[in-house]
Amino acid sequence: MTADHEAHNPALLHHFADAQQQKNAASLGMWLFLVTEIMFFGGMFCAYLIYRLAYFNAFAAGSQQLNIWMGGINTAVLIVSSVTVVLAVKAAEAGKRKLLTGYLVVTVLLGMTFLVIKGFEYAEKFEKHHVPGSTFNFTEKFDDNGKQIDVNPKEAELFFSLYFVMTGMHALHMVIGCGLFSTLAVLAWKGHFTANYFTPIENGGLYWHLVDIIWIYLFPLLYLISRHT
Amino acid sequence: MASQVDAVYIYLLLVSGAMTALIFIAVAVLSIKYRRQPGREAVQIEGSTILEVSWSIIPFFVMVTFFIWGAVIFFKERTPPADATEVYVVAKQWMWKVEHMEGQREINELHVPTGQDIKLIMTSQDVIHSFFIPAFRLKQDVLPGRYTTLWFKATKPGHYHLFCAEYCGTMHSGMGGDIVVMEPQDYALWAAGGASAPLQETGMELFAAFGCSTCHRSDAQGRGPNLQGLYNSRVPLEDGRTVTADDNYVRESILDPTAKIVKGYMPVMPTFQGIVSDDQLNALVAYVKSLSQPPTGTAGLQNEPVASPAQPQNVQVQ
Amino acid sequence: MAIKAATPVIPANQVPKLNYLTNGYTLKSWLLTTDHKRIAILYLISVSAFFFLGGFFAMLIRLELLTPEGDLMQADTYNKVFTMHGIVMVFFFLIPVVPAILGNFVLPLMVGAKDLAFPRINLLSWYLYIAAGVLFLHCMLSGGVDTGWTFYTPYSTAASNTNVIEAGLAIFIAGFSSIFTGLNFIVTVHRMRAPGLTWSRLPLFIWSTYATSLVMILGTPVIAITMVLVVAERLLHLGIFDPNLGGDPVLFQHLFWFYSHPAVYIMILPSMGVISEIVPCFARKRVFGYKFVALSSVAIAVFGFLVWAHHLFVAGISLYAALIFSFLSFVVAVPSAIKVFNWTATLYKGSITYATPMLYAFGFIGLFTIGGLTGIMLATIGVDVHVTDTYFVIAHFHYVMVGGVLMGYLGGLHFWWPKITGRMYPEGWAKLSALFVFVGFNLTFFPQFILGYLGMPRRYWQYPPEFQVLNVLSTAGASILAVGYLLPMIYLLWSLRYGPLAGDNPWGAAGLEWKTASPPPTFNFDETPVVTWEAYNYDEIPEPKELEAPVAR
Repeated sequence: MTADHEAHNPALLHHFADAQQQKNAASLGMWLFLVTEIMFFGGMFCAYLIYRLAYFNAFAAGSQQLNIWMGGINTAVLIVSSVTVVLAVKAAEAGKRKLLTGYLVVTVLLGMTFLVIKGFEYAEKFEKHHVPGSTFNFTEKFDDNGKQIDVNPKEAELFFSLYFVMTGMHALHMVIGCGLFSTLAVLAWKGHFTANYFTPIENGGLYWHLVDIIWIYLFPLLYLISRHT
Repeated sequence: MASQVDAVYIYLLLVSGAMTALIFIAVAVLSIKYRRQPGREAVQIEGSTILEVSWSIIPFFVMVTFFIWGAVIFFKERTPPADATEVYVVAKQWMWKVEHMEGQREINELHVPTGQDIKLIMTSQDVIHSFFIPAFRLKQDVLPGRYTTLWFKATKPGHYHLFCAEYCGTMHSGMGGDIVVMEPQDYALWAAGGASAPLQETGMELFAAFGCSTCHRSDAQGRGPNLQGLYNSRVPLEDGRTVTADDNYVRESILDPTAKIVKGYMPVMPTFQGIVSDDQLNALVAYVKSLSQPPTGTAGLQNEPVASPAQPQNVQVQ
Repeated sequence: MAIKAATPVIPANQVPKLNYLTNGYTLKSWLLTTDHKRIAILYLISVSAFFFLGGFFAMLIRLELLTPEGDLMQADTYNKVFTMHGIVMVFFFLIPVVPAILGNFVLPLMVGAKDLAFPRINLLSWYLYIAAGVLFLHCMLSGGVDTGWTFYTPYSTAASNTNVIEAGLAIFIAGFSSIFTGLNFIVTVHRMRAPGLTWSRLPLFIWSTYATSLVMILGTPVIAITMVLVVAERLLHLGIFDPNLGGDPVLFQHLFWFYSHPAVYIMILPSMGVISEIVPCFARKRVFGYKFVALSSVAIAVFGFLVWAHHLFVAGISLYAALIFSFLSFVVAVPSAIKVFNWTATLYKGSITYATPMLYAFGFIGLFTIGGLTGIMLATIGVDVHVTDTYFVIAHFHYVMVGGVLMGYLGGLHFWWPKITGRMYPEGWAKLSALFVFVGFNLTFFPQFILGYLGMPRRYWQYPPEFQVLNVLSTAGASILAVGYLLPMIYLLWSLRYGPLAGDNPWGAAGLEWKTASPPPTFNFDETPVVTWEAYNYDEIPEPKELEAPVAR
């Protein structure tokens, strides 16, 4: 790559020596940001783990009340969306504008599907009076291989508090991700990205993958405590 | 114990003082001796690994002595003697409520005899407080929802400050009190003036009034475990764990019965959270603990609580 | 420094007409700037404003404590005053002061870059800081918050009837300002060093700032989520920390201190980096044990994450946990001690002058030693049981925060003032202020060690009369200290217009920032420097000449 070419690359910011430095900087920056997100969710995971150890029966009872079908479908939706993200990056690398835009749009649609299904799940929680607060009412038991075990409703309420905070925070990140990818899709459609410059797609993809991975941890921890067929 | 804390503190002060003096003097001497003078240039010195290692390792070993001494003191502070006299303390915004086993109640004061090991079993009714006796060099946070303990043996009669040391709201600084240490004979005189029944007796009455005796019988037929000899024993649980039935265990079993189900029993005990007050809780815990003590023969606690499924009489249910 | 053919040769003692300060005078050019140097100035103004606000609260505290009775204000008001003093000083002053002001200004210059890696994110950091500040100002003006800056539950989630939610959200936002700054610094140091500037040639200020940034990005998210949980619990009555609802109040303490302990290393490490720049310059020699000082910064950052529960020795944690955290707290002291020894050893066979920055460095070394050693006393559990939650702890952390961080900051501010403004401050007044600060500081806080050991608890609006004498001494000291802080405001502002012109390198200091004009041009260097020398090459740098009389241009 000649100096002239770089000087004319509209995406090169003036404080960087060259495009490679800019790309490396952006990449490292995004990875560091992902680390902060892991620490951020880590606090909640820590609280969850401690209370699960202390109140296992109540947590299991609460978990058994979650809609495993909706959770499972959502997991599949997110995994597929991560595939479309990877395909989007490949399309960007190959300089295929329309394909790139297409994959970005599909990713957003899958993300929105996730959020819609989540909305239905939350609605179900409201109906069953499993939302913490004054309307909370938990009378279900923990089904331990057929044995019905009573649980303390206060502890179950704690499970649902953590459920809402953790999935809510995750959903917020999904919303941000959908917004981000919508923006990327518009920019891609306008031809903003070339085979030489698609760093925002890569870094946006990293963000999406992280949000996906967080769900991959959330799902078994929240939905799959003591589940039996 | 206080003098031991002072001893390690003085040791720390001496070592720290010496280190501080060393640094101050070194900086002063070096910065004057090597002030800029015409004709003399600074000598570039890269460093000295030997020095670096020495002045890392040697201070570290000195600090290990601090650690060990501090840890020994702490270990003693956290290991109350088995036969210590117990006193219950309930903290609330913004006062200390003290309940002696013999039934005396105090507000913002704690009378104790000299030469006696005293173990405080403390909880809070609302937010976190901290029981601080500067003269004894002791402090322990007092938490809502569980018991924490603090023990001491007073040696000198007198009045000593009691402070709350964990910020707890408006009158945090007004939540003070007095530790009144008396010679044993003076203490006995004071104690004789106490009004209400011994804590275990109050507990026994509550045990009946709340219907506990219906399920917790002293034969093998109750729906709940027999509480005779329970305190401080090892209890196997349904989930496979084995725990020690300490104060917190007994308290938790009343407030959150499903947390630890004893092996072989069903989770049918209702919770008394919100039904029994902290004071009543202390009395009940004291009673359960008394079921592990050999019968005294004097005041004569009955081993068979009188079952009275009828209305409780002089019990305030809050 | 190579000179482009078209521009005339500029004598060293004249301020170049076009520099980052003169490159645009509109408000927009400042508020929408992406120039790290201008952003540093924006921080300088806003952080200083918060400092004086926090100082005002401190003054109210010390005035109330002149008498044992609570007679200046009501108990509730006093509780709010010390809370807001703490929040303002910790989150709006101590955390950003050295990184966001000196770090922002100096770091890109020191590594030979044109700017930080992400200039727009840098501006975003400042706006987040301002947003957090405005939100907190609103919180203060609409009743304040009275939980203590530590927000212990269940008081903060269930019992306090003040503006906890706004305060919590303000801290959340300020946290992200900090995270983005740290992220920017790390990427800049990794990816934008000038050619030839290897890690072992980096100035120690960069090593310290780098280590600080690691702590910022790893630790700050935890306080963010903790405050989110507190706000959620308060709003929605959740019960994560409330025992009445099955929660554990001590869990809050663990989560809070998991950040807040490393936070104190965020505060002190950059100041230590400043000292590592000042001492070699005014002793005219390389820091003794460069490698050890550099690695000690990283060690402090790592070990700093392992000691948080030394704030919970009496909070109800187990005996064995307490012992482990006590031991680790001793371990973390070792790298700090290494630095102190190395700075002192640097003086040996140096050629020492006593400019104001050096005086602040001496003050730092002495006071940080005292602060650090009293920290060791607190790590000794047997002692901590007695003095925790008393004025002993308050004295300890003010020694390291004020005697350490603030002195390092003032030293650095004076050291880099000629670079930032192109002007020299008046040396006589500066030395006088340093003296006021040193004397005032010790008089304020040394008596508090004694107060604490005697048993005066912290956060007390009223106290038993036997503690009065020491309190009066402390307040007297505070009034002297206040003068020491107000004087620099005056003479530094004065110097902007009347101070003698400084020239590129008035101190004859090593470091790439001194190889460009004072004040620097917007893009820092006319040509990217290529580094072929080791750090602190004072054997090659001539002693500074006396400043020549300013020549108007």
